Amino acid sequence: MLKDITLGQFFPGNTIVHRLDPRTKLILVVVYIIALFQAKGWISYGAVTLATVLCMILSHIRPKNIFKGLKPMLFIIALTALLNLFYTEGREIIPGWHMTWEGLERSVQMILRIVLLITGTFLLTYTTSPIALTDGLEMLLGPLKKIKVPVHEMTLMMSMALRFIPTLIEETDKIMSAQKARGADFETGKLMDRAKALLPILVPLFVSAFRRADELAVAMESRCYHGGEGRTRMKTLRFAAHDWIALILGALFLAGMFVMKRYGI
Amino acid sequence: MAEIKVEGLRHVYSAGTPFEKVAIEDVSLTIPQGQLVGVIGHTGSGKSTFIQHLNALLQPTEGKVFVGGQDINASKYTRRDVKWQVGLVFQYPEYQLFEETVYRDIAFGPRNMKLSDEEIDQRVREAAKFAQVDEELFERSPLELSGGQKRRIAIAGVIALRPGVLILDEPTAGLDPAGCRQILDNICSYHRESGSTVIIVSHNMDDTARIAERIIAFDHGRVAMDGTPEQVFSEPEKLIAMGLDVPRATSLAMALKKAGIELEGSIYTHGQLLNAVLRAKEARVC
Ligand SMILES: Nc1ncnc2c1ncn2[C@@H]1O[C@H](COP(=O)(O)OP(=O)(O)OP(=O)(O)O)[C@@H](O)[C@H]1O
Ligand SMILES: [Mg+2]
Repeated sequence: MLKDITLGQFFPGNTIVHRLDPRTKLILVVVYIIALFQAKGWISYGAVTLATVLCMILSHIRPKNIFKGLKPMLFIIALTALLNLFYTEGREIIPGWHMTWEGLERSVQMILRIVLLITGTFLLTYTTSPIALTDGLEMLLGPLKKIKVPVHEMTLMMSMALRFIPTLIEETDKIMSAQKARGADFETGKLMDRAKALLPILVPLFVSAFRRADELAVAMESRCYHGGEGRTRMKTLRFAAHDWIALILGALFLAGMFVMKRYGI
Repeated sequence: MAEIKVEGLRHVYSAGTPFEKVAIEDVSLTIPQGQLVGVIGHTGSGKSTFIQHLNALLQPTEGKVFVGGQDINASKYTRRDVKWQVGLVFQYPEYQLFEETVYRDIAFGPRNMKLSDEEIDQRVREAAKFAQVDEELFERSPLELSGGQKRRIAIAGVIALRPGVLILDEPTAGLDPAGCRQILDNICSYHRESGSTVIIVSHNMDDTARIAERIIAFDHGRVAMDGTPEQVFSEPEKLIAMGLDVPRATSLAMALKKAGIELEGSIYTHGQLLNAVLRAKEARVC
């Protein structure tokens, strides 16, 4: 039940997209987002959609998985679409109603923009393991260390958080089982009662999260962890030919988008 | 009364994903009211999965479970009510404790039963005595106790429900030998005095042989053997092939047989071994 939640989870694979250096993919996602926000007319939206679909095919990610990830965002998407539909000036669809043709066009484009935005970032997390992702991030942000930004610590925290999400979900399941076994009621009863029954789960969950953090710290120290200074990696990141090709394609794509924006298409 | 009946039980974990795992398959059996059953089987053979079906914590992928003639998975109400009848002590006690103090943890079940405060207090003290939880520990947090103490509290928390069916998943793992014996003796006397059904999962063949009336052996998710200790331990080769052990008395008798000293009768407890050796000795003297 709880375990079925997908949180931008990684789908292992061996496609060209999986093999790209995480730094390349991170840069490309930033490029993608900038490009997406240059889209004005239908032709440029079409170009971004095409690029996105191409990447999905290359990385063997099924549309089903993307839809699953989009589900929690449905509300925000619907709200944005409605607001745009009613609050754009222009020719009214039905006289007397504040719904305009321009609004309709805007809201369809907004939906497309949000969906593409989410899809693009999902493509990153679906094809890159959390470890590779934080490694790449750390190296990209590396120069910031010069101005005393604790980049290593920040990325370490990030990778630990990602690592422990499934563990915490499992833990919640276990605590619920233990309470159910002694008659706690999460299924029958009034909504209020069920909500109240959920409360006693939080306390042990927090306690165990802190205990875990403590144990992890001890485990790291007993293996002589002492921060980022002078640490080497088991897997060194290296740019390969395909990374350069991907980056050049990304640059071309971005340039193309700027040109299209210039002509307003 | 609470007879347990299991029909065609099958359970698949993570069905429909690449991590799919058939944990138990084709399990059908009946446990009459008041029986003391030992469940044995190698690691990962499906024992814990099986017993979690008996109080509807897990729902079968296929098959049915009846307690006292009622299909316990018929509705969410039957799924909840069966928890009062069937008390389950988990394999890992640290997963079972969640309250702020030991007292509140043991009282969790009775409080859910909506008993009066006096009744709850009485049950907590009684259950604590049963599981040998020191009353001095009552105000401590269960999470900062030792493994053995946690296990006792976990047992007490379930005993406080006074279940008609008591299921314990490796109740003595992590206890010292004296504590082990004491807990098992208490379980046996609970069984005798209340007439409850008791199901114990254990890796300790000596204990199982000593107290169980019936032994069910799991092997790769299926019931491989089911019978009295006498029947089950009369086939030591089969048990050993399943990655299990025989009681020490049985293996000693087997060793004696190899050395040319044939003992009579089936032997699986120390008492039986002693008697058989004495009989054999008399026979030699004559
Ligand atoms: N939550 C779960 N998700 C997926 N698979 C599981 C889960 N729990 C158990 N399994 C698998 O099901 C099988 C049976 O597990 P189970 O815990 O019932 O074994 P067991 O007989 O109790 O073993 P042990 O003696 O080690 O306690 C094992 O292969 C295990 O890997
Ligand atoms: Mg088990």
